[in-house]
Amino acid sequence: MTTITENSNARSTKQIAFIFFLSAIIWLAAYNLIQPLANWLTYGLLGLADDSRLGESLAYFLYDVPKIILLLGGMIFLITLLRSFFSPEQTRAWLGGKREGLGNLLAALLGVVTPFCSCSAVPLFIGFVEAGIPLGVTFSFLIAAPMINEVALVMLFGLFGWKVAALYMLSGITIAIMAGISIGRMKLENQVDELVWQVKPNRVQGPAYKPTWSERFANAWLSTKEIVGKVWLYVIIGIAVGAGIHGYVPESALVDIMGKNAWWSVPAAVVLGVPLYSNAAGILPIAGALIEKGAALGTVLAFMMAVVGLSLPEVIILRRVLKPRLIAIFIVTLTIGIILTGYLFNMIL
Amino acid sequence: MLTIKVLGSGCANCKRLEQIVRNVLDQMALKAEVIKLTDYKDIMMYNILATPGLVINEKVVSTGRIPAPAEVTAWITEALEPAVS
Repeated sequence: MTTITENSNARSTKQIAFIFFLSAIIWLAAYNLIQPLANWLTYGLLGLADDSRLGESLAYFLYDVPKIILLLGGMIFLITLLRSFFSPEQTRAWLGGKREGLGNLLAALLGVVTPFCSCSAVPLFIGFVEAGIPLGVTFSFLIAAPMINEVALVMLFGLFGWKVAALYMLSGITIAIMAGISIGRMKLENQVDELVWQVKPNRVQGPAYKPTWSERFANAWLSTKEIVGKVWLYVIIGIAVGAGIHGYVPESALVDIMGKNAWWSVPAAVVLGVPLYSNAAGILPIAGALIEKGAALGTVLAFMMAVVGLSLPEVIILRRVLKPRLIAIFIVTLTIGIILTGYLFNMIL
Repeated sequence: MLTIKVLGSGCANCKRLEQIVRNVLDQMALKAEVIKLTDYKDIMMYNILATPGLVINEKVVSTGRIPAPAEVTAWITEALEPAVS
């Protein structure tokens, strides 16, 4: 039987390597052309003065939009390609029989690389607990997986550099480990909904999915298109607002309200961040411009973690398998972890 | 008789998978019973860790991703001719 998609799926490894190589070169060329092009458009073609507010804002916008979109496209492609080598089934097998500590560390690390969608949080939770993985270890995974997400990482890298992105990843993993250990210690197995214990899977698992290289590339390309398609508009709006702040808000205007010494700014940022799920793409460029004007980096990192790690939709989904007390403990533990991280960074950076 | 189950609590990907299954069935000019399982109790009977899941004649063929129509066609063909492997 012949099918429509056979042609596109049947590319040889050589062809794929060639396409990949060519795309990488085009990507690099484009990435290096943005800055001169943005400057030429703003100051050359439009003839704006070098130090004018409008000029500064426009050059910032014309540079940042293509830069972030290119970074998102390129890096999300590579990340999804890497993730195609991991699966929740494999992760469950690796975590089986692991104790507190090592188990939490492994769960947090696997949370970073295993493909995860919050819509799958319930089957994943039930499947892990059924397999005998301790509750605390399961939580370490469930905290790390959404918090260290690809869009957040790429945006942090593009706007603040690799050090901040790495710091974000490290502290996310640390929070996931510590919160998981704390929840594990509290012996809350009785706070898991009866549904979880009632489920008795009676069928053997299907065969593991082993994609070919051409499928890996095709799948990574599809997810990249989907993710960038979802966030590009927020990115542009966010950068437009950020560009306005960059050009028009005076230097250090925000030191007093969002600087290191405003102790309440970290918890305020976390409380603000929780309902803003998935709009991280639009908010980070604004945050970036705020930092330029005196806001503290720890405050911004805490905000980011609250946006992606403590999302309301996920809490609502998890409510199906967790009793209210465990949900509350989960939220409070995570919130405390994020706030402490924000203070820590404000102190050391 | 062909029974196809789409497992998922109603997320966008589950709907897309169901659409793909229906398109493939149309293309193959086959009649099949397409059932959507949305209750976690039923979904977890199949021991899957990620949605959407696809079950053809009680066999889990895919989880956590949207398979290409060509794959779905192959699985259905296989389910119809169990002797040919």
